[in-house]
Amino acid sequence: MHRTGELYGQFETLEQQKESAALGMWIFLVTEVLFFGGLFLTYTINRHAFGTAFGVGSNTLDIRLGGGNTVVLILSSLTMAMAVWSAQIGKKQLVSIFLIATLALGSVFLGVKVVEYKQKFDHHLIPGYGFDIRYHSELPAPMDNPVEIAAEKEELEKAFAVDPDINAHAQLYFSLYFGMTGLHALHMIVGAGLLIWLIRGSFHGRFTPQYNTPVEIVGLYWHFVDIVWIYLFPLLYLIDRHR
Amino acid sequence: MQSQLPLYPEQASNFAPHVDALMLFITAVCLFFAGAITTAIVVFFFKYHRKAPNAVGIPIHEDSRLEAVWMIVPLILAMAMFSWGAIVYVDYRRAPQDTLDIYVIGKQWMWKAQQPNGLKEINELHVPVGRNIRLVMASEDVIHDFFVPAFRVKMDVVPGHYNTMWFRPTKPGRYHFFCSQYCGTNHALMGGWVTVLEPSDYSAWLSGSSGGNANPVVAGEKLYAEKTCSTCHIANGTGHAPSLNGVYGAQVLLADGSTVAADETYIRESILQPNAKIVAGYLPLMPSFQGQLTEEQILALTAYIKSLQSQPVPAKGSGIAPPTGKR
Amino acid sequence: MSDTPTPDHQLPRTHYLNATYGSGTRSWLLTTDHKRIALLYLGSVTVFFFIGGVFATMIRIHLLTPGGALVTPETYNKLFTMHGVAMIFFFLIPSIPAVLGNFLIPLMIGAKDLAFPKINLLSWYIYIVGGCFVLYSFGTGGLDTGWTFYTPLSSVYSNSAVTPAVIGIFINGFSSILTGLNFIVTIHTMRAPGMTWFRLPLFVWAHYATSLVMILGTPVIAITLLLAGLERMFHLGFFNPALGGDPILFQHLFWFYSHPAVYIMVLPAMGVVSEIIPTFARKPIFGYSFIAGSSIAIAVIGFLVWAHHMFVTGESTYAALTFSFLSYLVAIPSAVKVFNWTSTLYKGSISWDPPMIYALGFIGLFVIGGLTGLSLACLGLDIHIHDTYFVVAHFHYIMVGGAVMGFVGALHFWWPKITGRLYPETLSRAAAVTLFVGFNLTFFPQFILGYLGMPRRYHTYPPEFQVLNVLSTAGASILALGYLIPMAYLAWSMRYGRVAGPNPWPATGLEWKTASPPPTENFDVTPEVTWEPYDFQNRPDLGLAAGAPSLAPAHSDD
Ligand code: HEA
Ligand code: HEA
Ligand code: HEC
Ligand code: CUA
Ligand SMILES: [Cu+2]
Repeated sequence: MHRTGELYGQFETLEQQKESAALGMWIFLVTEVLFFGGLFLTYTINRHAFGTAFGVGSNTLDIRLGGGNTVVLILSSLTMAMAVWSAQIGKKQLVSIFLIATLALGSVFLGVKVVEYKQKFDHHLIPGYGFDIRYHSELPAPMDNPVEIAAEKEELEKAFAVDPDINAHAQLYFSLYFGMTGLHALHMIVGAGLLIWLIRGSFHGRFTPQYNTPVEIVGLYWHFVDIVWIYLFPLLYLIDRHR
Repeated sequence: MQSQLPLYPEQASNFAPHVDALMLFITAVCLFFAGAITTAIVVFFFKYHRKAPNAVGIPIHEDSRLEAVWMIVPLILAMAMFSWGAIVYVDYRRAPQDTLDIYVIGKQWMWKAQQPNGLKEINELHVPVGRNIRLVMASEDVIHDFFVPAFRVKMDVVPGHYNTMWFRPTKPGRYHFFCSQYCGTNHALMGGWVTVLEPSDYSAWLSGSSGGNANPVVAGEKLYAEKTCSTCHIANGTGHAPSLNGVYGAQVLLADGSTVAADETYIRESILQPNAKIVAGYLPLMPSFQGQLTEEQILALTAYIKSLQSQPVPAKGSGIAPPTGKR
Repeated sequence: MSDTPTPDHQLPRTHYLNATYGSGTRSWLLTTDHKRIALLYLGSVTVFFFIGGVFATMIRIHLLTPGGALVTPETYNKLFTMHGVAMIFFFLIPSIPAVLGNFLIPLMIGAKDLAFPKINLLSWYIYIVGGCFVLYSFGTGGLDTGWTFYTPLSSVYSNSAVTPAVIGIFINGFSSILTGLNFIVTIHTMRAPGMTWFRLPLFVWAHYATSLVMILGTPVIAITLLLAGLERMFHLGFFNPALGGDPILFQHLFWFYSHPAVYIMVLPAMGVVSEIIPTFARKPIFGYSFIAGSSIAIAVIGFLVWAHHMFVTGESTYAALTFSFLSYLVAIPSAVKVFNWTSTLYKGSISWDPPMIYALGFIGLFVIGGLTGLSLACLGLDIHIHDTYFVVAHFHYIMVGGAVMGFVGALHFWWPKITGRLYPETLSRAAAVTLFVGFNLTFFPQFILGYLGMPRRYHTYPPEFQVLNVLSTAGASILALGYLIPMAYLAWSMRYGRVAGPNPWPATGLEWKTASPPPTENFDVTPEVTWEPYDFQNRPDLGLAAGAPSLAPAHSDD
């Protein structure tokens, strides 16, 4: 279809175009909810069955990194909302600034995620490849806090007494951990790509009070991805905190 | 055998007449509707055939009463089908008390059955006529399904679960059974014969060929010692673990205050995932035996625990709730 | 059409097939015109139908003798699995929606295109990529899990190429999702002036309901198959009991999509029938709002019945009771449709043009398929007939006798619009009858086989079942003829058929108000709708004997 200005050929009016885009994004988000829903269901059922192993797995996560990331993501939702608002009232410069801020926060999140994944890799917690839930406590790195390592060891001992198959079940936890956070990170990466596209548009001053649909629907998407994390964080990091 | 082209298989269990009657009823309703609709279409088609090339029909838009009728009438018939079907099904899923229990294990691509006295059969199953038979079934690999057309019953055999099914054979004879859940290459070959014998023939058959087959209770007893169960589960209930005497069939009070009926599934779970349900008054000390026992061994242990039917010894007071009747 | 004297028509000079932007391969592969994308889909689903059909033919030949006449057990298992996968995921689910829905929805509501033309093209490419993965799996080792992919067979024990197939179906899911999304948005926001919700053609209502199922169900199958694939590739234990997983969970997730998916397959065909019947009975459809509403009801209730495929897995008795009950509820809206179609014939002016024969054939076969669904939904009966040939017969009656019949009927109905040409009529009537007879001969014996206890997915069977199997195979060869004849003359007609003109039947929908084939922009001016749906009385433009006093309503609306 040919484009006439910002109005695509198949539409009659800008309003119709905007309505279609927003509705389309909402419907897409509904499918996303169901997509993640399958994972959440699998998580719930397995956690119910292997509570101990899931607790042990969860305790290996670094709550400071996860918690910090949660704050970062919430902030990025805020800046995203500000970007939409600026576009609506026609402050073209602010749009760019807030979009860049959002992108920056999103990148921080992804960067931290990489650090966390790297840790799991070092601790042999990648499912399928020499997975060993004991690796970290048996072979701690020199700079690890000996008190923490001792606590970890003790916890593992208890856990093994309860559930001799804990290695397999913890592996299941990590499968879900990587599955869920990986899928979430993938959504963040897509979101970052969309943001870059928006930022380019905003440099050209494309977004005006009349035409700001792209900012708005990317905003919707970004908030959705944020909300998914709000659920993931407690389910993955906080289920058995006592250490 | 029936005629050359029979419409239904032989009726050889208590369920067969019920299932066939259901089938007749539903088919009758179906034939009625299919017939009525076809007739209407054919009649209208010829009666209102276009008379002139540019003729149009007479517009009739809607009639709420008619719509109501053809929602309510099918609904009533559907509810009749549902209720009748539900009655048969509930009967099928709830076995009577006095069953003869036979263990069945499915694996790619054969069936192993074990009679109460320990006699083992492969791709064969002998049962006495007129007795309520219950099959307790487990799978060693993928999902299978035990299907006896002449009895009109089937049940999936699911790895990681016990499923049970029951029936009462009503007619001596030999009947096909099939595996009816697709399970890989030789799914179609995973079948055999159920032989229904007169009770006297059945006991003769049992005693005639039982030599060399370990009784599952005996095997279970041995395992019970080997696998160190007996170190914790002391018969008089003085150990760290509840006595298992009489536990089978009782209502067990759990730490979270609920009760559970101790059937095969519960015992199996207690062995494989002891912490799923903790008996009230005990600590979650029992190790899981997941991966250390084969399905056959679990069945043997279960059979042994079932045989421990002397009076329960409620040691720390709360282990076993006051008996509320069996199963 | 022979009884309506048609003036000699001319094809329009430019239309979407030869439009100004060219007709080379490139212009097709990069098109965003919904009509061209529809034809891309038509080509690709036909390929998959052929592939599935060849597998079906081999299945039927193999089952001629009890021992199996043609192939080894491994191969047989691959045949029916690949037959099911090709037919369901790559033929039937996209068939009517992605071909005819794509072509017709914008035309029917008076829009220039779908709301998101580029996404529309993208979804075709996704379909092709998914299809390639599946064909790769078929070509390298095949697939032997059954189309249901039950774990742990599929995730641990099978030695066939499960992984690429699962990836292919996963990818293909997004094609479905995007199509559904596009339809819903289009129907909401792109209707021409005067095209109110209750003036929408019932075909559009049916597609609205279908799209709901697509967007709500498909993500679940995607994630489920992804988990099964991960389990297979990385030995994770989501569904594998040896690792603590639960194989029954897989079945719940699978059927949560795959039951609603059966309505993705049949609702569009019902929409087709709701268009054909009033057109050839030349009167408004009886109970418009009830037919429209029942589509939505089917889509919604259809999500609540999935576990009726699991009555004998050992699911709890209460669950079984609930799901059986709900399965009976979902039958009621289907009944409403059937009764309304039949009543529409009453006092009509009925012709026997080919599409009408297909539509009436659909009703007959769908009714048999649906009614035998009632036997399966009956708890006490399902313990006997579950996973026997009774089930096979049930779903072929609905999917082949119903949905495929609807698809072929729809092609016959809208062929003049799509290509601008007509096809030989007598031949097509004969083909429809061949199809009907061949179909019944193939699948009716399977009901009896099933009740006698022949399990499905059997490469060998006891000899007492042979007679019925031979009958079925004989029927299948007639059935194949019934598909080959239309393929031949439809292809022929594209070049040599008589020119149809804008509205050959004539029919009342908006799509018939534009040229055949339509121009790229669909309508020269945006149309305005001032008439009620299926109204032949007040449409002088159709050139019928409308408004004649003798045709005043005898008794209406009471
Ligand atoms: C397009 C596909 C399609 C459709 C529309 C349906 C429609 C229905 N199906 Fe079917 N079904 C399948 C495709 C389909 N099915 C497939 C593929 C399988 C097998 C999957 C596998 O295992 O591989 C299957 C399996 C299947 C099972 C599981 C069987 C088993 O494995 O044991 C059940 C059980 O309840 C069932 C029930 C129904 C019901 C109640 C309907 C209802 O929606 C039907 C409603 C229609 C009518 C009832 C007819 C019209 C009504 C009248 C004429 C009025 C009279 C009505 C009354 C008296 C109520 N189906
Ligand atoms: C849309 C869905 C669809 C369609 C259209 C069909 C069409 C057909 N199906 Fe299929 N079928 C399924 C969906 C479908 N099926 C599914 C989901 C299963 C379950 C799979 C499983 O268990 O996992 C199944 C299983 C299935 C079985 C059971 C296998 C078993 O359980 O062991 C059988 C057996 O007869 C069968 C037969 C047929 C036949 C004869 C046709 C015919 O209608 C096909 C006719 C078409 C052609 C013949 C093609 C056109 C002609 C040619 C290509 C020319 C060459 C042919 C000749 C010269 C003869 N099908
Ligand atoms: C280390 C001690 C120990 C060993 C060894 C042990 N158990 Fe247990 N078992 C327990 C404890 C403690 C309980 C009660 C708490 C609970 O329910 O987990 C229990 C509970 C059970 C129950 C449920 C009893 C009830 O009253 O409901 C069964 C059945 C059982 N065990 C069977 C076995 C079998 C069979 C074995 C050997 C293969 C075995 N146990 C080995 C400690 C043990
Ligand atoms: Cu075992 Cu099929
Ligand atoms: Cu279903």
